[in-house]
Amino acid sequence: MADTLVAEPVVAPPTPPRPQPGGSARRLRRRSRAVRYTFRAIVVVYLVMLVGWPLTLVAQRAFGKGLTDIQELFADPQIRHAFILTVVVALISVAINTVFGISISILLVRYEFPGKRVLSAFIDLPLAVSPIVVGLSLVLVYNGRSGWFGPALESAGFKVMYAAPAIIMATTFVSLPLVIREVVPVLQEIGTDQEQAARSLGANAFQRFRRITLPSIKWAVIYGMVLTLARSLGEFGAVKVVSGNVLGVTRTATLVVEEKYLNFDKSGAYATAFLLALISVACIITVSLLRPKDQG
Amino acid sequence: MSIEVSQISKRFGDFVALDDVSVTIPSGGLTALLGPSGGGKSTLLRIIAGLEYPDEGSVVIEGVDATDLPAQNRNVGFVFQHYAAFKHLSVYRNVAFGLEIRKRPKDEIHRRVMELLELVHLEQFADRKPAQLSGGQRQRMALARALAVEPTVLLLDEPFGALDAKVRKELRDWLRRLHDEVHVTTVFVTHDQEEALEVADEIVVINEGRIEQIGTPDQLYDEPAGDFVMRFLGPVTQLGGQLVRPHDLHLRAHADGVGVPGEVSRIIRVGFEVRLDVTTADQVVGVSVTRAQFLSLGLDVGAPVRLEVAPNATTVAVDPTVDLPELVDA
Repeated sequence: MADTLVAEPVVAPPTPPRPQPGGSARRLRRRSRAVRYTFRAIVVVYLVMLVGWPLTLVAQRAFGKGLTDIQELFADPQIRHAFILTVVVALISVAINTVFGISISILLVRYEFPGKRVLSAFIDLPLAVSPIVVGLSLVLVYNGRSGWFGPALESAGFKVMYAAPAIIMATTFVSLPLVIREVVPVLQEIGTDQEQAARSLGANAFQRFRRITLPSIKWAVIYGMVLTLARSLGEFGAVKVVSGNVLGVTRTATLVVEEKYLNFDKSGAYATAFLLALISVACIITVSLLRPKDQG
Repeated sequence: MSIEVSQISKRFGDFVALDDVSVTIPSGGLTALLGPSGGGKSTLLRIIAGLEYPDEGSVVIEGVDATDLPAQNRNVGFVFQHYAAFKHLSVYRNVAFGLEIRKRPKDEIHRRVMELLELVHLEQFADRKPAQLSGGQRQRMALARALAVEPTVLLLDEPFGALDAKVRKELRDWLRRLHDEVHVTTVFVTHDQEEALEVADEIVVINEGRIEQIGTPDQLYDEPAGDFVMRFLGPVTQLGGQLVRPHDLHLRAHADGVGVPGEVSRIIRVGFEVRLDVTTADQVVGVSVTRAQFLSLGLDVGAPVRLEVAPNATTVAVDPTVDLPELVDA
């Protein structure tokens, strides 16, 4: 077997383009380099103006008086509560959206059913609709006085609106597509061959999912989860409508930022905003460092 | 004891993939399902594997009715055209997969996997990921993986289709030798008649969802059941109303005498073989002769010749209903 004897998979080194006599090739190469640098410059300027600079300013303001602003924040039990609430709500949303996201992705990619395209389009809706609309629609359905479900649930002793369940629902709604949009293309790419091979080797549906499908989509799921977490931590509009914004009860970190900003506590607002941004950025950086290079 | 496929029909929407197909595949043999793409041979293989269910008919594997048995309970080894390697698992874990699912003890798994890796010459690659293997190596890994569970039957779907010509030929020989060692009932799908003729004990020719002929390579080549099989199993040409192989035509460099008169209109030399087009009154006939014969005939373009079908040659009457794409390269 000739190809067994090869210890390393043979990859022919790319032959470098031979320098052409005459200047036309060199001129072309120089021009393409100029184009490359121009594009790079545009991208860098764009990102700096839109993202980098504003965020730097927030960080600068947050540390305007050293660590005192941030220390003051943590000294306030109600703000601590707001952060804990935000993180807990975000984690619950991530859990819900991960389970449903993987299930819906598999449904969309592996099964044919009437209305599939409609469902697929529907899933993008939360990204398209303004969060404030989401908030208002939840109010219509779940409010305790005139909502569809609200009064019934409330008389059963389950308060949805202006309480944690509404905040979780709103947050979950706005971050719904993120896991799905990461997982669907990967599922499409891996195809069904591996699952069928596992099936012919005796694996049942659960074993196929756990041993083949899940490891194949692992990084897409993790990336989707991180995006969901980052999005959930920062949700403002929908939460503002449904939470009731009660200090120390239903006020989340983003609402704290707004409240402080409106009350002229600018340094407090910047410090809170900085912490929120920091958690999200840390999540994304951690994942891109962990993610193996060959997984894209 | 064998695989018995009875009256299987399968439709995909309006497309009839298999139409009332019955075939018995003998135990311990190496059987090829041969036919053009889209003819239904892969569908038949996938129905035997349980990866597809028939609309009608039944599948009995070694005496067990498997028609409604899910794939994971059929104990069938399946090898895919594009390897279907478990990308996230090492070569070792790929081969061990079926045994791990069956919860075999660790030392038994280790022994069996190493044995199989040796069989497919991949023992030094146990810790590699499939991405680090060549196509041929991946397919051998897939074969070891399928054999690991000691399947009742081994099914291969165009196993060498994605490989380049040289590796394909090597693996083909190797599959034949492997089968002589392992003796597991093996069925493989191919559209390459040379592959089928060279490797298989028995060939089932399938076209447009029906079986055209079942037989040994010799039977198929020497006694084709009809126009289609004759055309599909090798180059053919037409002389009058008969299909005949170009090398079964006898060529004489005379204007007179017995045989159909004609004139040499084209000469192509391919290695040891020389292919000539002879234009007769109503058709162009392809003839192939060896280089030595060609030189002794001393022919040139425009030379008058006489054509005759050699004695004992296989001929089939042309069936005007068979309309096939140009499969022959002569």
